[in-house]
Amino acid sequence: MSYEVLVIGGGPAGLSAAVNVRMRGRSVLVVSNPLRENPLWRAERVDNYLGLPGLSGAELLQTLHRHAENAGVSFREGRVLNAMSMGSDWFVSIGSDMENAKAVILAAGVARAKKFPGEAEFLGKGVSYCATCDGMLYRGKPVAVLGYSDSAKEEAEFLSSIHCAVTYFDRPKTCTIEGGAKVERVTCNGETVPVDCVFILRPALAPTDVFPAIALESGYVAVDRKMATNLPGVFAAGDCTGGPLQASKAAGEGLIAGQSAAAYVAELARKGS
Amino acid sequence: MSLQHLEEATFDSAVNAAPLAMVDFWADWCGPCKMLGPVIESLATTYDGKVLVGKVNVDDEPELAQRFGVMSIPTVVFLKNGEEFDRKIGVMPPDAFTSVLDANL
Repeated sequence: MSYEVLVIGGGPAGLSAAVNVRMRGRSVLVVSNPLRENPLWRAERVDNYLGLPGLSGAELLQTLHRHAENAGVSFREGRVLNAMSMGSDWFVSIGSDMENAKAVILAAGVARAKKFPGEAEFLGKGVSYCATCDGMLYRGKPVAVLGYSDSAKEEAEFLSSIHCAVTYFDRPKTCTIEGGAKVERVTCNGETVPVDCVFILRPALAPTDVFPAIALESGYVAVDRKMATNLPGVFAAGDCTGGPLQASKAAGEGLIAGQSAAAYVAELARKGS
Repeated sequence: MSLQHLEEATFDSAVNAAPLAMVDFWADWCGPCKMLGPVIESLATTYDGKVLVGKVNVDDEPELAQRFGVMSIPTVVFLKNGEEFDRKIGVMPPDAFTSVLDANL
């Protein structure tokens, strides 16, 4: 289905962006991990969110989510793998499916993990970010899953169900991926396993993996006052644009990004595309 | 020549006869492949008569996927008279493919 705006990320920035897109009368889809996997979920108490002091992170997220639901926001669980511009539309792949929209708001939080040695080098040659996409190519073969979320366990089970021989590493801190023309082995926390493929399943892909041409500044997504990135039709908000990594700042940026995206869509419509 | 769906039985005769061919390895259960689909289709139209643009469903043709050592999809393989000379792995904008085709026409 086609939406006017697609938001990547369901935390305070993404939800605020989505609510503000709806307030401008535009359709919006939020693609995110389950709410409980948001880092804010684990915060015991948030005291600096204006007007709602003393809530736990989970309560705050549920409150914001309910607001977005009531505003008519559509939701979809999943991890965004790629985004590509085609004409006046952005196409976004989510696991085994895709969606398209006129504008995209990146609000996927901060990519906390650095890439492992060998990860970038072997991407597509035995390193994969998508179990549902590439799993079938490794039926009957040894694979490793480096899982950094609850849904990663489900994806590992999927790989087992299609007869991959899965070694599961639960949130390993240090891994090295080695091989020749393709991946041959992975070492995590000192344990080496011979494998044909390493599936690295983090909560979110790095912005530059989803949008290869997106501009960064000091490691964060570069934005202007309208929260516009260097890519036409792509806006960013929240932790991915830099600190302070706080819910209020994220919600404020989300508001701007939502309004900017809605204005961008309106401008496209005015030009007739 | 519009977009061709290639199978193992017909693959060699089709690509060997083509001075230049571009083959997209894909599957239904792959979101990025679905995204690349329209790009491949538009290239088939643009290069009609000059380049054999084909698709191989790795679910239906696992032998072909294995023969080409496809380790991630989408993978697009470029061939001259049946010999691979380049490949692109992952979703890319149309000009990533047209630059290879134009340089080898």
